Amino acid sequence: MIAALLLLPLFGGLAAFLLPSDRWRPLLLPVCGLAHLILTFFVIQDGQTVSLPLAGNWIAVDPFSRLILLIVSLLFCGCSIYALGYLRYRIAWGNRIFVSCLLLFLSAMSLAAVARHLGLLWVAVEATTVASAPLIYYNRNRLSIEATWKYLILCSVGIALAMLGILFVAYAALAGGAQVSLQFDDILQGAAHYSTPWLRAGFVFLLVGFGTKAGFAPLHTWKPDAYGEAPGLVGALLAGGLTSVAFLALLRTLQIMDAAGDGAMAREAFLAMGLVSLGFAAVFVIRQPDFKRLLAYSSVEHMGILAIGVAIGGVAAFGAMLHLMNNALTKGVLFLSAGNIHRRFASKRVGEVQGAITLVPVSASLFLLGFLAITGSPPFAPFISEFTILRGIFSGGHYLTGALFLFFLAVIFIGMGSTVLSVVFGTPLERKGDTNYRETLMTTGTPLVLLLIILFLGLSLPEPARKLFAEAAALLEVKP
Amino acid sequence: MDNYNPANLLLLLVILFNFFLLGSSRLGACIRTVAIQGGILSLLPLFLHGFTGHALILAGGAFLLKGLAIPFLLLRAIRQVHIKREMEPLLGYVPTLLLGTLATAGAFIFSDRLPLIEAHRGSLFIPVGLATLATGFLMLITRRKAITQALGYLIFENGVFIFGMLLAEAMPLMVEAGVLLDLLVAVFVMGIVMHQINREFSTMNTGQLSSLRE
Repeated sequence: MIAALLLLPLFGGLAAFLLPSDRWRPLLLPVCGLAHLILTFFVIQDGQTVSLPLAGNWIAVDPFSRLILLIVSLLFCGCSIYALGYLRYRIAWGNRIFVSCLLLFLSAMSLAAVARHLGLLWVAVEATTVASAPLIYYNRNRLSIEATWKYLILCSVGIALAMLGILFVAYAALAGGAQVSLQFDDILQGAAHYSTPWLRAGFVFLLVGFGTKAGFAPLHTWKPDAYGEAPGLVGALLAGGLTSVAFLALLRTLQIMDAAGDGAMAREAFLAMGLVSLGFAAVFVIRQPDFKRLLAYSSVEHMGILAIGVAIGGVAAFGAMLHLMNNALTKGVLFLSAGNIHRRFASKRVGEVQGAITLVPVSASLFLLGFLAITGSPPFAPFISEFTILRGIFSGGHYLTGALFLFFLAVIFIGMGSTVLSVVFGTPLERKGDTNYRETLMTTGTPLVLLLIILFLGLSLPEPARKLFAEAAALLEVKP
Repeated sequence: MDNYNPANLLLLLVILFNFFLLGSSRLGACIRTVAIQGGILSLLPLFLHGFTGHALILAGGAFLLKGLAIPFLLLRAIRQVHIKREMEPLLGYVPTLLLGTLATAGAFIFSDRLPLIEAHRGSLFIPVGLATLATGFLMLITRRKAITQALGYLIFENGVFIFGMLLAEAMPLMVEAGVLLDLLVAVFVMGIVMHQINREFSTMNTGQLSSLRE
């Protein structure tokens, strides 16, 4: 079952490359996306930790994997249906590379979610970089080249640092006289005997390496460029899928540190990264003239919130797991609706895009509601998760952190709000908005459904979902 | 320590090539040097672990990719865009060479203080690995051409590879193969992007890539 999960998009990607017709090729996306989602549900249903017999114990599904798989698969499935409408609109532009890379990207993300070997995890995360670089480049203009190059170099070097961190972890085993293996269960078992200096050095490199990929400030510099220049659906997959996968790698790192009895130091580092990310996001969100870059800073902010939630632990860790899902789906709503507005106006500058609600009413409303959701307004699910994290912070006695957290969130709400409101309301400038894009169900349906999901999750958390988040959070409990 | 000797010689060569790379402005020569450096590194597993199956496959794979395939891709890229020299580095060649020397000396001093296991004490692997990492970083920071940045990334990867040699038992062959394959595809994509940078901007200077900023 897991093998099918990985191979289906892989072969789909190859098939897309070989298929000659630009008109029919995009159909592979929803086919693979839906099949992947169904397979994911089966894998999640299995409950217990399952492993793949063929690949030894390198591939297995644990609660983190289940959560990440569900997030990635749900988001991809939605984006694949949106992609049909998007690619029909841009049929003359060609889509061979785009469709193949999307599917390979899905395969790499799924592999990263189920990897149970640090080396394999690394290979999968690096594969997500190379598979997604051509996606950012889709528009083939100067700006998208620049964004692609920055993304490639920064993420590749970041990931190389993570490899160094992995080697340091292996060296910690060697120096501590434990079994030298990068299989994750072996590491967790032997971590107590690892040499502390090497393990800490390894942790720092892993944090910086995978942190670059997740986009923590100040390692986030590729994010605004890539999210700004990539098509909306790629932005959604990067902000919701890729960053979640990178965050999974960071969670694995934290698990190792916990097993080695050094979790406190790791949590402090997470907390610091989280607060710095919130601070950076708050500074750059204000007066941001480009509404897609705005979303990138919002993504930096939410990585920060996740890191803080995980660092505080307890209730906040549960909140962080819930927030991982909420952030991904809400980013889907925002990027897809922002993509629609961008296409209607052929611009993403705030001064040039005004009164979107009169020209693209559905997308503009979704964009507005998505903004309210992501900034933590009830009744949407991010409100529940952010509130849970906040409750964890205050009940843990971290009053300063809590105050800073609230302050930055308020600043970001105001900063984002002024940009979003001026995009949505007002009267459109003359001669703007005379592009041939019109809203169709294909391009508004997906963000609408994603918004309904987070609304539903915000109103009532069904028991199976609660169990999924609680099991994932339980992996972060420090065992005495 | 005696059984390390041939490997030590190779590692010293790696350091010499590091200096050459920091000081040279000719792109073709730089790419070939990185190729030779990669080729030399691919011999290390044989000297370190003997002619075992694992070591042979790793050496062969690394040689094919680091020594042949990747340099071929990069040479093709510069042939397509007709450039030969790195004209204006952000920092001159002499200052970068000096920084490189300092970093190398620092690497040797620093690795003496690391809590290494008995078998690795005094071995050249760790200082040379660190020095190569530093060289790669310097290239990445101080050069403007997209191709020299890609070379910097490759040198950096070489440094990681040297360090990884000490831990071959931790890295199964499948993973090692995946790492090399990822590297190849990354360079392939970088080559394509370089070509596009050159077509759009009629230069390969990444200094031109500065429209996206706050």
